[in-house]
Amino acid sequence: MKKILGIALAAALSLSMVACGNNSTPPADKSNPPANNSGASTSDPAPAPAPSDELITVGVINNDPNESGYRTANDAAMRATFTEENGYKATFYNNNDAAQQIAEAQQMIQNEVDFLLLSPAATTGWDTVLQDAKDAGTQIILFDRMLEADESMYAAAVVSDMPAEGVTAVNWLADQGLEEYNIIHIQGLMGSDAQLGRTGALDEKVAAEASWNYVTQQTASWDEETARTITQSVIDSGKSFNVIYAENNGMARGAVAALDANGITHGKDGDVIVMGFDSDKWAMEAVLEGSWNYMGLCNPMQAETVDSIIKDLMAGKAPAEKKIFTPERGFDAATITQEDVDTYGT
Amino acid sequence: MTTPVKNPETQVRRPDEPLFKRLTRQQLFIPVAALALLVLFNLIADPSFFAVSINQNSLGNPVLSGNMVSVLDNASELVILSIGMTLVTASSGGQDISVGATMAIAGSVILRMVCGGQVTADTMQTPLILAVLAGVLATMLCGAFNGALVAYFKIQPMVATLIMYTAGRSIAAWINNNQLPIINDLGFKYAGTFLPGVPVPTPIFITVLVILAFWLILKFTTLGLYTQSVGINPSSSRLNGINPQMVKLLTYVILGACVAVAGFIRVSRSGSINYSRIAENIEMDAILAVALGGNALSGGKFNIYGSILGAYVIQFLTTTLYKYDVPSTALPAYKAVVVILLVVLSAPVVREKLAGMKKAPAKAAKEVA
Repeated sequence: MKKILGIALAAALSLSMVACGNNSTPPADKSNPPANNSGASTSDPAPAPAPSDELITVGVINNDPNESGYRTANDAAMRATFTEENGYKATFYNNNDAAQQIAEAQQMIQNEVDFLLLSPAATTGWDTVLQDAKDAGTQIILFDRMLEADESMYAAAVVSDMPAEGVTAVNWLADQGLEEYNIIHIQGLMGSDAQLGRTGALDEKVAAEASWNYVTQQTASWDEETARTITQSVIDSGKSFNVIYAENNGMARGAVAALDANGITHGKDGDVIVMGFDSDKWAMEAVLEGSWNYMGLCNPMQAETVDSIIKDLMAGKAPAEKKIFTPERGFDAATITQEDVDTYGT
Repeated sequence: MTTPVKNPETQVRRPDEPLFKRLTRQQLFIPVAALALLVLFNLIADPSFFAVSINQNSLGNPVLSGNMVSVLDNASELVILSIGMTLVTASSGGQDISVGATMAIAGSVILRMVCGGQVTADTMQTPLILAVLAGVLATMLCGAFNGALVAYFKIQPMVATLIMYTAGRSIAAWINNNQLPIINDLGFKYAGTFLPGVPVPTPIFITVLVILAFWLILKFTTLGLYTQSVGINPSSSRLNGINPQMVKLLTYVILGACVAVAGFIRVSRSGSINYSRIAENIEMDAILAVALGGNALSGGKFNIYGSILGAYVIQFLTTTLYKYDVPSTALPAYKAVVVILLVVLSAPVVREKLAGMKKAPAKAAKEVA
């Protein structure tokens, strides 16, 4: 009797949880796909019930869309571009684990997709996948992130140039002409492409210049709250600083929360220079308002470029250059315009 | 220094016992000793650690700042979680490892309500109290789900809660259609920052209220007694008219409520959420707090004040490590050292040895006399 009651109760609970979730999920945004993320790494087949011969089949392997606002925008753009209306039959897969990505890639190659679009979670370990794809006649196009392989192994790569982003940001900072640079450096997830690129340029500059110092250099693993705690602890210890170099916008936001809580002014007319990265609209608005100084754009919109490359390849035209860097630039509080925010903000 | 006596059992004086042994017998010995050690270290290394100053924040309000304020402020979520975790541990002899993931759910539900489904909102679309209640309801349901698996299906707590641990962050993302919502309403951030005109961070007040609530509950209801007896021996509790399943379920639901409060504080600190990263690994800290508080992780007798103290010790340690610029990737390693020391120190064998060491000379002296 107790057991039956227990089963009924658990069933009711799980049902009510599902129901609860459903109620709070209205059909809000058309451009946004259903959740598909970290733990539950599912691959959802395209809605096309009857594949027609004209559709180009693509497999899209991306990272977890929840990892940052950047990735959310990147994933949404891919899903919005590779639709049946645009002539594609697409299968999407999201995972931050490279081993899982590789397994799924092999599955997709076996399913004989025409194109495999890949944003690898790790830069190594892809040799067999690339070879298999070549043997099966599947063309590989890398987007957003690079992997270590010979150029002949993939058809094209549309990637973000992380080291260039770092150099652009550091050059901008140097142009500010401060007498002394006392920097709180908040790093992203250690070992990721973005962290390595954005840290590299700053590390070099700090090592080369006597007037550039780290007040602290810590990783917050892209987490806003950790960034806030790190900044707060610097403030608590009474050390003086005049630059916050956060490797993404979320962490810059966390650092700014700590500044605000302690009445430290920041931005265009403030004491502390605030720098962030990626493409979030709210961050660009903060730069526009002058409460931040700089945002290094990391453009998540590779979908259109990838789309045109595929169409060219189908027409028998190879891309002029195999490696295409998405146009990256920095936005400065002094020069940013509303138009920039509307064009590049995501 | 003397240890405050909290447990009536330990109040029994044994005058013939040496002081050191009496101290080590106290349940609160370990957290108090750890706290004393940290305070001592900071006093010697840099007394300015304890400096507290009043600044003006960017809104022109006077606010307290300093390492000690940060410790009390940043420990809030952990303290609240550790109270619920203590009850769950005591009743079911296991821990809920899904609290971080369910905090993400609570935060997601609350943000979804106040943003009204928009990605960025400048004013709250739903009254705050409604949003928080929805968050509480959501995590209490998660707690009930976990509790039902543990109590009625007799699944090991760690395995049962592994389900929510794995799925929670995905559910949180799904609630908000995979968007990362942001609310810019200052009123929403009061709970995570400062109330206008009040120099003490609001999370400290919330934590005090929660502690007070649990003090009252444990004092005026039989929850504490029932939880202990179920943890010690479920069958004999049943023979005495207590429904062990119900008590276990109840503790998980209570933990769910604690999770919602912690999640609310966390999202109102910034007004935004990142599903994969919010409260990452906080479950491990919460379990560590329970262990630090001298509670047996196998259930039974418990002391929530030990866990609360344990949570503050963990935050104190974190803040100290930040102050000395220990890379945050290395923090878990330092915590691991603390855990090893604790586990070894609290092992009965070592405790006996420690007590024996002090006792031996006394005995010898007596014999001589």
